[in-house]
Amino acid sequence: MLLTATLFAPLVGAVLVALVPASRQESARLVALVASLATLALAVVLAARFRTGEAGFQLGMTAEWVPAFGVSYRVGVDGVSLPLVLLTTVLTPLAIAGSWRMTDRPRTYLALLLVLETAMMGVFVSLDLFLFYIFWEAVLVPAYFLIGSFGGQRRVYAAVKFFVYTLLGGLLMLVGIIALFWLHQKATGTPTFDYEALVNFQKAPSTQRWLFLAFFAAFAVKTPLWPFHTWLPDAYTEAPTTTTVLLAGVMSKLGVYGFLRFALPLFPDGAHWAQPVLLTLAVVGILYCALVATVQRDFKTLVAYSSVSHLGFIVLGIFAFNIQGLQGGVFYMVAHGLVIGGLFFITGMLEERRGTRRIEDFGGLQQVVPRMAAVMLVITLGSVALPGLVGFVGEFLTLLGAFLENRVYAVLATGGVILGAVYLLWAYQRMWHGRLERDENRALGDLTGREWAILAPLVAAIIVLGLFPRPVLERVEPSARRVVEQTQAPSP
Amino acid sequence: MLFGQRLRALAGWIATLAVAAAFVIAVAALFELLSHSGEERTQVLRGYEWITSGDLRVAFDLRWDPLSALMALIVTGVSSLIHLYSIGYMEHDERRETFFSWLNLFVASMLVLVLAQNFLVMFLGWEGVGLCSYLLVGFWFNRRLLVVNPLGRLVPGEPDDTREVWAPPAAKKAFLANRIGDVGFLLAMFLIFATTGSLDFNVVFGEASTLAAGTATAIALLLFLACTGKSAQFPLYVWLPDAMAGPTPVSALIHAATMVTAGVFLVARTHTIFEASGTAQTVVVLVGAGTALLGALIAIGQDDIKKILAYSTISQLGYMFIGVGLGPIGYAAGMFHLVTHAFFKAQLFLGAGSVMHGNDEDTDIKHFGGLRSAMPITFWTTMAAWAAIIGVPLTAGFYSKDQVLAALFEHGGIGRLVWVVGVLTAGLTAFYMSRYVFLTFFGERRWPEGRHPHESPPLMTLPLIVLAVLALVAGFALSTFTGEGGRLQQFLEPVLGAPEDPEGAVLIVAFLVFRP
Repeated sequence: MLLTATLFAPLVGAVLVALVPASRQESARLVALVASLATLALAVVLAARFRTGEAGFQLGMTAEWVPAFGVSYRVGVDGVSLPLVLLTTVLTPLAIAGSWRMTDRPRTYLALLLVLETAMMGVFVSLDLFLFYIFWEAVLVPAYFLIGSFGGQRRVYAAVKFFVYTLLGGLLMLVGIIALFWLHQKATGTPTFDYEALVNFQKAPSTQRWLFLAFFAAFAVKTPLWPFHTWLPDAYTEAPTTTTVLLAGVMSKLGVYGFLRFALPLFPDGAHWAQPVLLTLAVVGILYCALVATVQRDFKTLVAYSSVSHLGFIVLGIFAFNIQGLQGGVFYMVAHGLVIGGLFFITGMLEERRGTRRIEDFGGLQQVVPRMAAVMLVITLGSVALPGLVGFVGEFLTLLGAFLENRVYAVLATGGVILGAVYLLWAYQRMWHGRLERDENRALGDLTGREWAILAPLVAAIIVLGLFPRPVLERVEPSARRVVEQTQAPSP
Repeated sequence: MLFGQRLRALAGWIATLAVAAAFVIAVAALFELLSHSGEERTQVLRGYEWITSGDLRVAFDLRWDPLSALMALIVTGVSSLIHLYSIGYMEHDERRETFFSWLNLFVASMLVLVLAQNFLVMFLGWEGVGLCSYLLVGFWFNRRLLVVNPLGRLVPGEPDDTREVWAPPAAKKAFLANRIGDVGFLLAMFLIFATTGSLDFNVVFGEASTLAAGTATAIALLLFLACTGKSAQFPLYVWLPDAMAGPTPVSALIHAATMVTAGVFLVARTHTIFEASGTAQTVVVLVGAGTALLGALIAIGQDDIKKILAYSTISQLGYMFIGVGLGPIGYAAGMFHLVTHAFFKAQLFLGAGSVMHGNDEDTDIKHFGGLRSAMPITFWTTMAAWAAIIGVPLTAGFYSKDQVLAALFEHGGIGRLVWVVGVLTAGLTAFYMSRYVFLTFFGERRWPEGRHPHESPPLMTLPLIVLAVLALVAGFALSTFTGEGGRLQQFLEPVLGAPEDPEGAVLIVAFLVFRP
């Protein structure tokens, strides 16, 4: 029940926000913030009740929905989904706080953010494939409106591209889901979409391959995995920046989560069969997107490509099929969410002050806004995976896992850490170091109290989890290990 | 970092006292260590668990043994002196509290590096010092710093044709060059874990001799790649001369005495792995020798006082790598040179800073000349360090450099060839360092009108004096003429092993006779 409350609290909040009268749109902010903080509180209680050391799903709930088709409302969390739920509930209030100064229809905007939160969380906690699919596609609706209605100049193009691309992938996955359902019913006579039942259901290797491909379509686009990433730079750049925080911080995890939760355990033979391709695409994505990030002139697009590059590491770790890779991958999901959220928040803060995101429009900012510069440096170094910060733990474990599985891929990916430092430090140098050339930059104000309230928790988490990752790692471990075992399952 | 702006004036003193306290503790710990006998001189402190995943179990474990004790003493001791100096040097800088907090962060990271008991904690310190190098080199992020072109003409008072360089690109270059090396460190760690199942030194070094030759070579070469980055060896040395854009105390501490020696320390610490691979050892010696020669050659043509010293550091680091690359006969020699170099190079840099301080921050030696009367303390202390670096008999550099060369000669085979390179480089060293002191302190006055060169305040000259004294006596104190290679060798033996052939002394004497 607690989980369901956590899941739908944002939706309730969205309704409340929408009910705020039009004349008092500013109070919508307060309602939204309270709703998201309430959700966070529920999630914290959830985490406190979580029993570390157990591999299975906990704190869940099952209710019949459409018995004729075996669809049930079934939710639960395990070591893999709990950190992601927390990530979602932490980033959303921060995003709402970040949108405080928005004047264009704040009520609608915030309501959509809250709907997005419920939809994304739903993906993480669904244990019924039909329910999962509903939430999966439900994410598209608020995202489409957030990008298309509130975004930048090319927002409509970006939103449509994002929607169509992701929907296509999702439809192919739907075919796979239905096929799986049908195969199971044919074999056992029981209609069900239940996750556990379908995982335990033995499928022929050749069947697994097709089904894996079907699910791959959706997850590859959502992650995104190179070369299915082309919707992302436009969507992230055109979306309003606090939306991008949620898109990059949470929505991007849906794809990798999907691989981990569904594609691997449901179709282990298919996963093994596809492993070389996935590893290759991951490595190419890491290197290619890093190179493209280097030549970006818009800082937001640079961070967008950086995001894809880092997600490549996570995919690499997952498809190493060992405990280090999987545990590292999940940890890196959290780390990535924190760091990329921070990067986009500061991008938004700069944009609010200067109206531009082009790197060349800045320069020498450290003189004017030293505190912001310091925070930006910490977050940047977190992205560069400096040991002692959160990014390193994830990067080290995923690369180690990859190395234990296949040295060549790992060596290539490790070379990618150089590139990460190149484009981030170069951008930092051009924006924050050097002389103050432009007069427009002279009068910028340093971080306000509200902005500190947003950034401080992120920075604290980046540092603390970098040195003390154990609380997260030990909660992830049993469930990650379970996925490893499920993926090793011998073919019938 | 937190209260700096209110404590500004005190910041330097707080920082210095903290490091000095660390030094005192290190000395006390040293005596505690010495009270144990040889094999018991390794103490491991098991700390908090950091990362655990599957069979990987890494904790914040620390190790206190002669090697880490030596490094800790050097780091905290030399750093205390440089901190003291910095209080005077950075007196007028409005961000000096940030400077001191980063300087202390550096010392902390360096200590983590040398005290680590496993590769991952060492890597934490390794990257930590890289970060501090980035921060400190880029400290004057918006200041115009002139580049002095090499090999200019000596014309009194005439300005050189210079370009502007700023610190930030230099800082970025340092970080990136180090990052390339770090890829080597990461891959080495992966390979170590893949083959031994652990990253803990005790486990890994115990298994080192059982590694397949190819694996050992790969691990050693990957680690050495990291060393070329951190210790500015060919081909990743290019960041060090640019790093001179940082404040001079930073150059003295990070880019002379401590951070750049981390690579030498790494080879010494992981020597069992290198011993399992003759190929890797040969590579280390050859790269070290080549870099020593290259650094000396480039230094000859430099006109910027800090760049001369930077290339000199690259060259001297080459000597250290020759030492530790030779195997048991050379470890102590390499480490010995690390210690003496810390003293005389730090002195030279601080002396250069003193010269700059008294000359409107000019770094061009073509604008100096005849400064010995204007800055006597700087002059005499620099001469002491000059004597040490060129290896005047009885100074520190004499003992340490000759031990390296002796070990080379004794090694035989290719060692003899490299010995020729080593001796040649020693000659070049004498040349460019003499050029340095002659053009700066002797001869005609070439500084522009209106400049009044003056000696530096006591806060700055006191460390100069201490380091000069160390540069003169440390060699004698740590070594004797007896056969076992001296007190330092014996001290390090539990960690680094004894050389097989105790005839080093004979060769040292031979050198004295035959050296030009």
